[in-house]
Amino acid sequence: MSLALRNMFRTTVGACLLAASIAAMSATPSVHVEQAWIRWLPANLPAAGYATIVNDSDGVQRLTGVSSPAYGSVMLHRSRLAQGDSTMEMVDHLDIPAHGSVKLAPGGYHLMLSHAKQPVKPGDKVPMRLHFADGSLLQVDFSVRPANASGP
Amino acid sequence: MSFCRSPVRWLLAVTAIVLLAGCAAHPQWQLDDVQGHLPDLKFSMTNDLGQPVTAADYRGKVVLLYFGYTHCPDVCPLTLVHLHTVLQKMGKAADAVRVLFVTVDPARDTVPVLHQYVTAFDPRIVGLTGTQDAIAQLAKRYRSFYKPETPNDKAGDYDVTHSSAIYVFDQQGHARLLATPGSSNDEILHDLDILVGQSS
Repeated sequence: MSLALRNMFRTTVGACLLAASIAAMSATPSVHVEQAWIRWLPANLPAAGYATIVNDSDGVQRLTGVSSPAYGSVMLHRSRLAQGDSTMEMVDHLDIPAHGSVKLAPGGYHLMLSHAKQPVKPGDKVPMRLHFADGSLLQVDFSVRPANASGP
Repeated sequence: MSFCRSPVRWLLAVTAIVLLAGCAAHPQWQLDDVQGHLPDLKFSMTNDLGQPVTAADYRGKVVLLYFGYTHCPDVCPLTLVHLHTVLQKMGKAADAVRVLFVTVDPARDTVPVLHQYVTAFDPRIVGLTGTQDAIAQLAKRYRSFYKPETPNDKAGDYDVTHSSAIYVFDQQGHARLLATPGSSNDEILHDLDILVGQSS
């Protein structure tokens, strides 16, 4: 193989790989999100985000992380009530069963949103990016509700 | 005929009276009855306006005592929203009730932060803070537990594991009932209505 041909081959393979990864990144995820909301808290305190994640596909979808341009830190947490004590634990990933859903709801799974970059207030919509193990990415707007809201 | 039936009626009437008297003497609590098992309300702390307060300031009110902290975005708000909803449903009668939210994280929960936090839920919720000792003593008095956890990120944020019970005291400061975040609004509402009604 001549040098020119080899270089062309490399470039083509590179371009194909790049195209494939872009396709994976931007592929329409087989997951959608309902009732996405944030319980606003004053004084720039960490807030909690809630949503129902619905998997429309035939396979398990693994949520591996969430990020937001509005917050310095977004963590998937789970509150647990064990023997009358309330604890919070970090969750590494969350599996959404095939044709099933998982609820992030008060007293259980939730997104812990800390270090807001701009003041967030009730009525705002805050974009969240859900990252899945298959490389897909889902951007969802979460509605900001008052501290004493009982749901979305 | 009437001669035969009257003793039955008499028996029914007596049974009804006994049952009613029984109900009045022992209300059918839906929360856990802790009367006689926990000490009276007693503390000396600072409220969310920066004023010194003691349990005596809340005599005459039905008091709900809850330990929590403001950097708790999930369970503490869930509990405070439950209580806010109950107070709203009680209407005017809720004036006779106060919720005392005692911070277990006084280092971060300054008086202004505490004030903004509790009033975001309901004006009838009072934030209380104090020295580490005062908070520890109050928690110990009610066998409540809390423990700051190791920081979980680079920013040094930390969680505090804490008991989630809600202690209910009557107008005389006697411990009467115990609720949990799992108690329904209707259960709390039912028992608060009875407690508030007992003094009026």
